[in-house]
Amino acid sequence: MDRLRLWKMMVQLRAYDERATLLQRQGRIGAYPTFWGEEAIQAATVLAVRDTDWLFLSYRQNAVPVLRGLPPEQAWAYFRGDPHSFFDPSQFGCAPQCVPLSTHLPHAVGWAVGRRLQGGDEVAVAFFGDGASSEGDAHEAMNLASVFRAPVVFLCTNNQWAISTPFSRQAAVDRLSARAAGYGMPGVTVDGYDPLAVLGAVAEAVERARRGGGPSLVEAWCYRIGPHATADDPSLYRGEEETALWRQREPIGRFEQLLVGDGLLSPQEVDAEHERASGAMRAAGHRLDSMPPPTGEEMTAHVLAVPPAPWPGNLLRRS
Amino acid sequence: MCSPCHRRHGREICSGVRDSRPMTTSSARLDDADTVTLVQAVDAALEAELAADPRVVLLGEDIGRMGGVFRATAGLEARFGETRVIDTPACEAGFVGVAVGMCLAGLRPVVELQFDSFSYPAFEQIVCHLARYSWRTAGTAGMPAVLRVPYGGGTHAPELHSDSPEALFCHVPGLVVVTPSSPSDAYSMLRWAIRHPDPVIFMEPKRLYRSIRGTLLGDTDPEGLLRARVIRPGTGVTIISYGPSVPTCLEAADVLGEQGVSAEILDLRALWPLDEEAILASVRRTRRCVVVHEAARSCGIGAEVAAIVAQHAMFSLDGPVIRVAGLDVPFPMFMLEDLYLPNAGQIVVAVEEALR
Ligand SMILES: Cc1ncc(C[n+]2csc(CCOP(=O)(O)OP(=O)(O)O)c2C)c(N)n1
Ligand SMILES: [Mg+2]
Repeated sequence: MDRLRLWKMMVQLRAYDERATLLQRQGRIGAYPTFWGEEAIQAATVLAVRDTDWLFLSYRQNAVPVLRGLPPEQAWAYFRGDPHSFFDPSQFGCAPQCVPLSTHLPHAVGWAVGRRLQGGDEVAVAFFGDGASSEGDAHEAMNLASVFRAPVVFLCTNNQWAISTPFSRQAAVDRLSARAAGYGMPGVTVDGYDPLAVLGAVAEAVERARRGGGPSLVEAWCYRIGPHATADDPSLYRGEEETALWRQREPIGRFEQLLVGDGLLSPQEVDAEHERASGAMRAAGHRLDSMPPPTGEEMTAHVLAVPPAPWPGNLLRRS
Repeated sequence: MCSPCHRRHGREICSGVRDSRPMTTSSARLDDADTVTLVQAVDAALEAELAADPRVVLLGEDIGRMGGVFRATAGLEARFGETRVIDTPACEAGFVGVAVGMCLAGLRPVVELQFDSFSYPAFEQIVCHLARYSWRTAGTAGMPAVLRVPYGGGTHAPELHSDSPEALFCHVPGLVVVTPSSPSDAYSMLRWAIRHPDPVIFMEPKRLYRSIRGTLLGDTDPEGLLRARVIRPGTGVTIISYGPSVPTCLEAADVLGEQGVSAEILDLRALWPLDEEAILASVRRTRRCVVVHEAARSCGIGAEVAAIVAQHAMFSLDGPVIRVAGLDVPFPMFMLEDLYLPNAGQIVVAVEEALR
């Protein structure tokens, strides 16, 4: 396992996230859901799977396709309301970020079953949050996956907050992984700020799924250090002391201590990599600004493969 | 660019291909292929497409060994196995979502929703994903799924087993909504729907499942299946309807004929997109228009048809457009359903009003 590669991916995610927040502050994109602190979970998961495995994403994993080659500016274009952000899922092995909570979980099951039926050995990983765990679709998807023995890993980022709702108001269990037993699948909770722990747990679940052992639930325990999104003011519902405590535990600095201690990295190399990553994201921000705006025609594009004539009805015949 | 489907995608299996293979009628399991019921036609169409295309899979509650609550999938699990005719747990949102994922994997799922009202739990998946995925992926990930929805009343069914939710689906951009009114249309239209690259809501008039018989024809004009059809030509008034109300309109036309009124009956077949050309052509000819459906009146298909006629054929009309529709109430408990459902007498009265 290449720990340096894992670290570089985390640094790339951090640079993407901080640049995105800046772009929002500067009015170059609209509201943006920061994932500051959740880099370990996302990078480790991408490394724990094969390129041919698919990832089913929530809005907070909007940078995961970037780890698989989507240009950052195209990912950001989504947050300026630009359809040029749309991409081919099969090109990156990523379903587009899903806005309605947990509704992408059944898609992961369907994709995984579909690949199995066609003789493939791919695995689907579905990201969702602690809030999303309360949605009916999460339950239906986990039950379906177990009944079908579908090769799916349900990866819950339990950051203890769903906008203003704390985990204690979301569920009456201490750990969401306890629910796995009710679906007849293995469940485990790991430290979501420890990339090696996440990688180990996800890799084990992925291997089990690939071998035909069915789905698993992995809960990555962490804390949503940032606001829900750029428009959110957490001081309305939580104290800064708790957040400050978790901020000290954030995954990148902690991982760097380990890597420097093990002699894999020097402090200078750490600084240089952050510098490099943030420079790359600055350049991507400029590319975003120079992306042409979408045209009215694009509003009607691809709604249907076979649009009826005359089309688009409402655009051309609005009168 | 994928040449058959004109989409950009990197999948090895293209799920968006418009299938132009001939539809040969396969009726091996039917006793008498010449006269089949509508539900047998559905079964035969599913069988033919399962046989023709390994990407086709069926999903739904009790569709396997049991053959579905209406027996629309009778015998299919035995022939194609439980990996292609898949019994699901009771979770409509879940298995419609699974169908979305299967489309992403290159399959062509055909989902049975057991009854009209049990499409409601799946509504979020239909609206947020099935209808939007092609758009959301710049046309790279189409959704060639079919949702089969047995709908409508008149079967003395319990509460929430008689709804007509077709207009709800028509209001969702990104879906095609069709409904047959005869066994031959059910067969051809379902086979067309399964081959169509966009998501199709296939509304099955459950009252007609066993009450009418017809023949199975491989329709030679697949595009024609989105066109309305004049099923009885006439000159004095156009009665526009679809699905379960069509036989009622035919009954009314017989009565009108005895009164010397020649009624033309137009079966819409596709509810979205509506065949405006056919609607306008007929109304311009007869100069009178009555629209009939059992779904609630407000914001229904009749309102849309009336708006089209008002905008484009206003000066061809010699009378008001009249709607004969269900009431704006929950579908009643079945002791009252005959009072709720449009009947031939009401259609005759409406025609008289349109002719006044
Ligand atoms: C079906 C649905 N209901 C409500 C919302 C509004 N909403 C957006 S994010 C969110 C909280 C989700 O919390 P969680 O699942 O823990 O994910 P996190 O935001 O912490 O990443 C809510 C309620 C939504 N997106 N979808
Ligand atoms: Mg959360």
